[in-house]
Amino acid sequence: MKELIKALVEAYGPSGSEEQVRAVVTQHIEGRVSDLRTDALGNLIATVRGTGGGKRIMLAAHMDEIGLIASFVDEKGFVRFNPVGGLRVETLVGGRVRFANGLRGVIGAEQKGVNGMPTMEQLFIDVGARSKATCPVQVGDMACMDRDFVDLGERLVAKAMDDRIACAVLVQTLLDLGPTPHDISFVFTVQEEVGLRGAQTSAYGVDAELGVAVDVTMTGDTPEARTMAVALGDGPAIKVKDSGMLAHQGVRRWLVDTAKQAGLPYQLEVLPGGTTDGRAMQTTRAGIPVGVISVPCRYVHTPSEMVDYGDVQNCVKLLVAALSGPIVL
Amino acid sequence: MVLLKELVEADGVSGHEDAVRGLLIKAIEGRVDEYRVDALGNLIAVKYARGERGRAPQKVMVAAHMDEVGLMVTRVDRDGYCHFRPVGGIDPRVILAKAVRIGDEKVPGVIAVKPIHLMSQADRERVLEFDQLTIDLGLGGDEAGRKVKPGMVAAFATDFEVLDEGGLRTVKGKAFDDRAGCAVLVELLQGEYPFDLYGAFTVQEEVGLRGAQVAGYAVNPDVAFVLEGTVCDDSPKRKDISPTTRLGAGPAITVMDHSVICDRRLVRLLVEAAEAEGIAYQFKQPGIGGTDAGAIHVQREGIPSAVLAVPSRYIHSPVSVLSLNDFDNAVRLMRGALARIPEGVFSQRLQGGLEA
Repeated sequence: MKELIKALVEAYGPSGSEEQVRAVVTQHIEGRVSDLRTDALGNLIATVRGTGGGKRIMLAAHMDEIGLIASFVDEKGFVRFNPVGGLRVETLVGGRVRFANGLRGVIGAEQKGVNGMPTMEQLFIDVGARSKATCPVQVGDMACMDRDFVDLGERLVAKAMDDRIACAVLVQTLLDLGPTPHDISFVFTVQEEVGLRGAQTSAYGVDAELGVAVDVTMTGDTPEARTMAVALGDGPAIKVKDSGMLAHQGVRRWLVDTAKQAGLPYQLEVLPGGTTDGRAMQTTRAGIPVGVISVPCRYVHTPSEMVDYGDVQNCVKLLVAALSGPIVL
Repeated sequence: MVLLKELVEADGVSGHEDAVRGLLIKAIEGRVDEYRVDALGNLIAVKYARGERGRAPQKVMVAAHMDEVGLMVTRVDRDGYCHFRPVGGIDPRVILAKAVRIGDEKVPGVIAVKPIHLMSQADRERVLEFDQLTIDLGLGGDEAGRKVKPGMVAAFATDFEVLDEGGLRTVKGKAFDDRAGCAVLVELLQGEYPFDLYGAFTVQEEVGLRGAQVAGYAVNPDVAFVLEGTVCDDSPKRKDISPTTRLGAGPAITVMDHSVICDRRLVRLLVEAAEAEGIAYQFKQPGIGGTDAGAIHVQREGIPSAVLAVPSRYIHSPVSVLSLNDFDNAVRLMRGALARIPEGVFSQRLQGGLEA
C-alpha cells in the first residue's frame, strides 16, 4: 500500500486542479468497479454494486490539497500569491512549490518592515525568472507545496496526507472488499479545502441512504500540544463531533461495534476546529446519517504531515469489516 | 447607457429589488420568450433556441444581481434621527455626511456627522461604528416617525453622470455592483442562440447569494456565467503589487475568489473569445470577494460556472466609477463566448472533460 500512498501524496492537486490525483486513483481501480464517472465539478464516483438487500452508501475522501494561486507577477518576475484553502504562513518561507506543469519555485519574504512572522502579502514565489516577460507563471496558475514522500517505517511523512491518505484508504478498501450486500459509491471529491464543495454536489448526485467520510484529524500527542485525546498509532479515530458536524450516533455505534467485534484498535475523536466532507453529506437533500473515520495525523496543513502506517491499515480493515455485512443503525 | 443610468438611479437594497425588477421587465418584455418572478423575487427570463421551447437540449444560465448594499432603519428616536444597520458589506467611513433616500416614498435624509470644528484629536482618529451613526431627516420627531418606520431601507442618493465623453468614457453612479451586470445581461437577451439562454436577475446577493441559490436550483443549467461589477483599485501604489483590476483594461475574468473556483473550460472559453475578437481582458486578482457563482456552482449535482466583471472603482460606497469601454467590451466578450459555446464546451463531454 505504500507505493499507492506515495503516488497519491506526490501528485499535484490543489483545490479545483485535482486531475492528476484523479488519474492515479482511476489507474488503481479501473476494471474493479461497476461504474466509474467524473461529474461536472470533477468528483470521481466509483460504484460497486452489492449482492442485494443492503443500503446505498456513499464513502468520501477528498482529492484536493491546500496550495497557492498566483495573483500578480511583478516587473522583475517575482510572483505574488494568495492561499488556496487553509495555508499557514509559518510553514512557507524557504519552502518550495510546484506548478501543474512541474515548474518549481521557492518562497521568499520581504525584509523591510518585517519583524518576526511575515504576512502572506509579504511573501512571493521566485521561479528564477529575470523579468515579467520571461516569467512562465500567469495570474491564476496554482501550485502545491513540493515535498517527497518519506517512509520512516512505522510512520509516513508527506505533503497532502490530508487527504490523499484517505484516498489510499478508500482505494485499498475497494480492492480488499469481498461480496457486500450494499451498493457503495466510493467518491473522490474535489474542493474540500475551500468549502466542501465537491462533497455537496456529489452527495446530491449519489443520493445515498448512509454516508462515511474519511479524512485526517489532529492529534494531542506532540510536545506541548493542544489537549486532544487522539494519538498517532492508537487506531482509527471515530468522530463524535468537530466544529462543523455532530456524527450520527447510529453510524458512530456501528463503527465502534465493528471495531470491537473485529478486534481492531479505535479511538473516539472530538475535534475542536475544522470539519470534513461529512458535514456537506449530512445535509444533502432531506438529510442522511453520516459518520467519519479519521486517520490521526500530526502537523496537519504543513508540508510534512505524519501518519502511522498501522492506523492506515486498520482504517482499511475497519471499513472492509463494516461494509461486508448488513447494517442496522 | 440610457438603461444603465435608469438602473443605477433606481433603488434596490437587498430584499427590496422591486423598482429595479420593474425597469428590467420593461427592458426585456417582448424580447424574450418567457419570464417569471419566483418566490424570492428573482426575475428569470428565457430565450429559447430558435424561439421555441424544447428545440435544444442545453441550457445556459447568465446571472446578474439586482440588489445593492444599503442601510436598514432600526429605530426612529424622539428627535427624529433614524438609527440603522448596514445591509451588505459597507465600510462605515464611506457614508458620513452622504445623502440617502428611504423607502418607496424616497424620504430624503443625510448621514449625520460632527463638523471638524468640534472634533477632538481622539474623534479624528476614531472610526465610528454603525450604532453611533444616524440619518438626519431634517424633520421633527413626530413627523420623522410618521414618514419612516423601522424596517425601511435607505439607498444612497446618487445621480448618474458622465465624467469623460471620450477616452476612458468614465461614468459615475451608485450600485454599478451589480446594475452593470444587469445591463450587460439585458444586452445579451437581445441575441439569438442555439441553446436555451436563461437570464436570471437575482435578489439578495449582497447578504449571502440567496437569490442565486434558488435560481440556480430551479434553472439547473448545464453551465452558468455570472456578470458582476467588481472591485477596481488601480490607484498608484508604493510597491509593485497587484491591483485587483484596472479601469479601462477590459472586463475581468475570475479564476478563483472566496466563493468559487471557476470552471477552467469556461475560463478558457472567455479568454479564447477575447483573443479571437481582439477584446481587451484582464484576470481579477484571485482570492478577493465572492459572487452568485459561489451559490450556483454547487446546486444539485454541480454546475460549471465562470464570472465576468466590469471593473468599478469605489464599489459598496455611495458613488462608484466605471468605464463604458469596459462595459461595452464585457457585452462583446460575452457575446463572443456564448457564440463559441456549442463547439467550445458542449462538444467536449462535460462529464470527464476536465482534463482538456
